Amino acid sequence: MEPYLFYVMAATSVVAALYLIFEKNPVFCALYLVFSFINIAVLYVLLEAQFIAAVQVIVYTGAIMVLFLFVIMLLMVDVKKKQKDDLPFQRIPAMVMGFVLLVVMGLAIKSKLFQGREGEYTSAKVESIGHTQLIGKLLFTDYLLPFEMTSILLFVAVIGAIILAKRKV
Amino acid sequence: MPNTSIMTFNILSILPVLILAGFGMMVLVVDVLSSRKMGEKNFLAYLSLIGVVIAAFLSKNFTGTTLFSFYGAYTIDNYSLFFQFVFLLCAGLTILISKNYVQRENINYGEYYTLILFSTIGMILMASGADLLNIFIGLEIMSISIYILVGMKRTRLTSNEASLKYFLLGAFSTGFLLYGIALVYGATGTISLRQIAVFIAGKGGVLDPLLLAGMGLIIVGIGFKIASAPFHAWVPDVYEGAPTAITAFMAVGPKAAGFAAFLRIFFIAFGQVHQDWEKIIWILAVLTMTTGNIIALIQTNIKRMLAYSSIAHAGYLLIALVAANNMSVSAILFYLLAYLFMNIGAFAIVIVISQKEDSFLKISDFSGLAYKHPRLAIAMTLFLLSMAGIPPTAGFVGKFYIFSSAIKSGYVLLAIIGVINSVIAVFYYLRVTVAMYMRGPEREFQPLTLSPFIFVAIIISIIGTIQLGIFPAKVLEIAQRSILLLR
Amino acid sequence: MITLTHYLVLSAILFSIGVVGVLIRRNAIVIFMCIELMLNAVNLSFVAFAHYLHSMEGQMFVFFSMTVAAAEATVGLAIIIAIFRNKETVNVDDMNIMKW
Repeated sequence: MEPYLFYVMAATSVVAALYLIFEKNPVFCALYLVFSFINIAVLYVLLEAQFIAAVQVIVYTGAIMVLFLFVIMLLMVDVKKKQKDDLPFQRIPAMVMGFVLLVVMGLAIKSKLFQGREGEYTSAKVESIGHTQLIGKLLFTDYLLPFEMTSILLFVAVIGAIILAKRKV
Repeated sequence: MPNTSIMTFNILSILPVLILAGFGMMVLVVDVLSSRKMGEKNFLAYLSLIGVVIAAFLSKNFTGTTLFSFYGAYTIDNYSLFFQFVFLLCAGLTILISKNYVQRENINYGEYYTLILFSTIGMILMASGADLLNIFIGLEIMSISIYILVGMKRTRLTSNEASLKYFLLGAFSTGFLLYGIALVYGATGTISLRQIAVFIAGKGGVLDPLLLAGMGLIIVGIGFKIASAPFHAWVPDVYEGAPTAITAFMAVGPKAAGFAAFLRIFFIAFGQVHQDWEKIIWILAVLTMTTGNIIALIQTNIKRMLAYSSIAHAGYLLIALVAANNMSVSAILFYLLAYLFMNIGAFAIVIVISQKEDSFLKISDFSGLAYKHPRLAIAMTLFLLSMAGIPPTAGFVGKFYIFSSAIKSGYVLLAIIGVINSVIAVFYYLRVTVAMYMRGPEREFQPLTLSPFIFVAIIISIIGTIQLGIFPAKVLEIAQRSILLLR
Repeated sequence: MITLTHYLVLSAILFSIGVVGVLIRRNAIVIFMCIELMLNAVNLSFVAFAHYLHSMEGQMFVFFSMTVAAAEATVGLAIIIAIFRNKETVNVDDMNIMKW
């Protein structure tokens, strides 16, 4: 069961990603991206990261992508107007570059030598503590500093959104 | 001997950060509460300046201590304290040169100062972070604040464009940095810099291709922030379009923070595999210096010229990174401090010379300045000579130490390329000087309105440039005490 | 049996598609979406590593990188709105006031 699920989800997410980069209409692009993200969320469940999967659906597809859709609709980018999208002379080199990147990464992954240091959180242990409880506990102990600093990051984002997008300051 | 202590949770260790955050929010609140008839709103600059000064005094108190707090996530050592001083000085000088500039350009919002303080927090986190997560979060706080600051002048299209370009390319490079971190984590099983070093040492110098790919991607991500050569395309446009005071800030702050993180990651985590990354950085250093200097020769806009010169300076700093000895760390610290003074000084003069809406920014607009405002011309000449590396200025001493650290580690060819590049650089810096002294004025100079704020900033920059140039010993000694504890 | 390599290759494919998308598209919003795709590909790598290494660091990193992505999205879209107000375009080829 698990291998089939992986292959189906992997294939659909890749196809959705390809549609994203070749689709002309930005609204459809956003929807393809949402589709790809949900497939990735399923993969997170397969990897026993249920909390991350939930956050992926709630935050990424539920909040960030909806924000994208809002902005696309707000700006009402005229989709019917012939847009000179994707310059042809940049298309081939870009794809070659992407392919080279993929091959390099593939070789690096294939020739991986090290077995990284094993951590203490095996599936059984995570199960016994509870996945979300464990993340909550870690956030307020080992990851307290980045957690607090993230509040500054989000505050900066709020300031930015207000100062840049408000009609009149 | 520095006393070392490991504390699991010590709120006092991030006191400078907390002060900056508190004053940042205070500025916002005061801005909102103040009524419109208070007009000039000078107090915003005062308030944020007080915050920076308090933070600087608090961080000075930590001198000599080595301390890991927040479960080993945050490091205080002389190295991070030196960088804190550089960042706080940079923020303070930027606030000084901003005060009248933001009033002239109608962007005197509380948010302006708040974002400067917050991006300083990000820089401090980058210099003090002991694992890749904190460095990443710090980098994002810094970058996102600066994306906003660049686009602050919302009504001007160049500012919008610069902001968008910087944002899109910055987010793109964030993707690469994050991928690099993921691969390093996957290859070693940890994100803590010290643990990575321990893991690599345990493998006895054999290098995993996955780790190598991760290192390459991290170089791409941070190379973007410090504006090194193949990733420099955004620099001139963004520097030109941003409000000039912010250009000064982003030419120094993110570069220094990028180098702080670069040194920490590559000396602590990847210190043992130096031979694997030195060649990449070697090529980057040569490319960066040469591209910056050659293209700077043909620029006509002073901000673009300074942008390319800042690329070249990143190249010189990369030379010291290749050398990777204790001397090169102190050389980088010294050079960044010198660069801070001369760069902010030069941008301060540019602000004084330019008029409303950032007009009069061509190099030809400087011609005849020496006859009209001789003191300004002398100050500008000093900063430019320092950037060109002519004695007796700070830039000369900094370059001298960088090149000698390269020779000490046996990179003679690299040092020679560096020297040739600094000779090329003299041409374009001299062009401005020649225009100021040898040519007649091409435009009417306005009577000078030098506010006390910008005056103080220029005086501090002049003192810094001369002091570091003539009596470098004291600062150099501090820099030598601030080297990274490598192992 | 699905191994770590499967996940890493999928992540590399998605990342490369994102990079190609950034390079060939001209609409700022779509470019930004491609960047989000890149970040997601990286997150997949993190979670896969975390699972196979039995460590939580990767999952925690994903938690923070999602926060960063949210903050970036807010600011990025605000910048796009600001530029649209002034110029009525989101096409990056029209951003040509400053030239190299």
